[in-house]
Amino acid sequence: MKQMIRIASGQGYWGDRFDAPIDQVREGAIDYLVMDYLAEVTMSIMQKQKSRDPNLGYAKDFVPLMEKLLPLLVEKNVTLITNAGGVNPVGCMLAVRGIAEKMGMSGLKIAAVYGDDILEQLDSLIASGNALKNMETGAELSTVRNRVSSANVYFGARPVVEALQQGAQVIVTGRVTDTGISLAPMIHEFGWDWQDWDKLATGVVGGHINECGAQASGGNFFAGWKEVPDMERIGFPIVEAYADGHLVITKHESLGGLVDVRTVKEQLVYELGNPSEYITPDCVADFASIQLEQEGKNRVRVFGVKGKPDTPFYKVSISYFDGYTSIGQLTYTWPDALQKAQKADEIIRKRLDYLGVRFDEIRTEFLGYNACGGDTAPPIEDPNEVVLHIGVRGHNFKDMTTFSKEVIPLVLTGPPTVTGFGGGRPKVREVIAYWPALLKKETVQPKVLTIEVI
Amino acid sequence: MKKVQLVKLAHARSGDKGDTANVGVIALKPEYYPVLVKELTPERVKAHFGRNVLGPVERFEMPNIGALNFLLHNALGGGGTLTLKHDAQGKVVSANILRMYIDVPDELEVP
Repeated sequence: MKQMIRIASGQGYWGDRFDAPIDQVREGAIDYLVMDYLAEVTMSIMQKQKSRDPNLGYAKDFVPLMEKLLPLLVEKNVTLITNAGGVNPVGCMLAVRGIAEKMGMSGLKIAAVYGDDILEQLDSLIASGNALKNMETGAELSTVRNRVSSANVYFGARPVVEALQQGAQVIVTGRVTDTGISLAPMIHEFGWDWQDWDKLATGVVGGHINECGAQASGGNFFAGWKEVPDMERIGFPIVEAYADGHLVITKHESLGGLVDVRTVKEQLVYELGNPSEYITPDCVADFASIQLEQEGKNRVRVFGVKGKPDTPFYKVSISYFDGYTSIGQLTYTWPDALQKAQKADEIIRKRLDYLGVRFDEIRTEFLGYNACGGDTAPPIEDPNEVVLHIGVRGHNFKDMTTFSKEVIPLVLTGPPTVTGFGGGRPKVREVIAYWPALLKKETVQPKVLTIEVI
Repeated sequence: MKKVQLVKLAHARSGDKGDTANVGVIALKPEYYPVLVKELTPERVKAHFGRNVLGPVERFEMPNIGALNFLLHNALGGGGTLTLKHDAQGKVVSANILRMYIDVPDELEVP
């Protein structure tokens, strides 16, 4: 049995730097590559694509990436785990098989992890007493049921471990947690017990560090961004996991970036709730128990992590249509940039009133003045330029298009020295809102399908 | 006591969870952490943010990494895809909290 495995992060979100996963495999020794593709909105878009073509519904650009990546994975004996499968992991797996067959990779095993998509079962789940109440508002799902566009359970490491045990070298999943895809190889390789909560929690911490890509290795680094070398080829993090239950966070030496206790700390607190109750499908990790130590250059040791048993619930991510937003921008310059932008805001609001259109919300912010800081931003005198940022939210599409037509005319009808309208009318966007809920674990079963390339 | 801007004592990262922004404030040196614990009360943080944060502020201590994690409720204009805020995901709340001035003992060395 191995005593150490290297799990490399290849992508922090769908749309992250495209060549990072290739660099991770090519620039040094790793055993696993993990890539996160899914956000709440993504699932809804994928459901829409699948409804038009039942073969789609996964991250489409994952397939061309695999044309480059797959030969490298095979050559270097690296296993890929990714949730690029979206709402059609089996379809995604078949697309990967197509590439593997073309490249003559017979014997390669590819797995799909699915069963997380509960959109079709929603009505029967509700009928059998699962209210799927919104965790934030307490409202029952039935209140928005007819507007739901996707519904997925977050699975943990278990089905991924099953796929690994079946010998899969490429595993495409649906909604598996970002932490689960890093934790699974540790359980598989080291034979950790499913009740060894401290070790599972250690793996979860590794997953949390990996899940946002370079945010753990010098990207978005508040304390020392000026010190980070070669950000144009920033090395994404690598978690060295040890069988005894500790980790070392590092990166490839040949790439840029920086791994030190500060970069790791910043990632540990990212999107963190109660540190002692970091809930995952596999365990509850205590982030207030994590110990860090700089072990060497670009090497941070993570140890002492405590964990507790998992909860009886899966988290469910449901998306539903909830109206529209539209945001317009105009740039006003010195002299009196702020006063001009404020005047333009007043004019637009009066126009909307005069035209009799109504919105759930109208919000104005002034970029270059206080848009990011709000009440924490100290006043500045006579800024060189200020961008008026005005947005509306509502459910009436016609009112939305009225707003969209009211911004650009300000250039000739409002205050002077205005520019930055080249993008044209503000777009009207559909709001796909997020509905977090819980579901008893016994209600759904993950499925694993492994196939071998002939 | 002297007034020191938090940016000299701590670094931070922020993000979103629905309409709640989270911001982790991390002491730059271990000796700064007790000062942060004493001075950065949820009430003061809430007051600092003014109308940016409409709901309550929760605070969690992480002495293991010298950090405080704050949850700022109702701070993102509805959050997620609903919000009209330029900082839709609370990415720069980290910088905003570090603008605070806090009382620091005179004998504590600060850059």
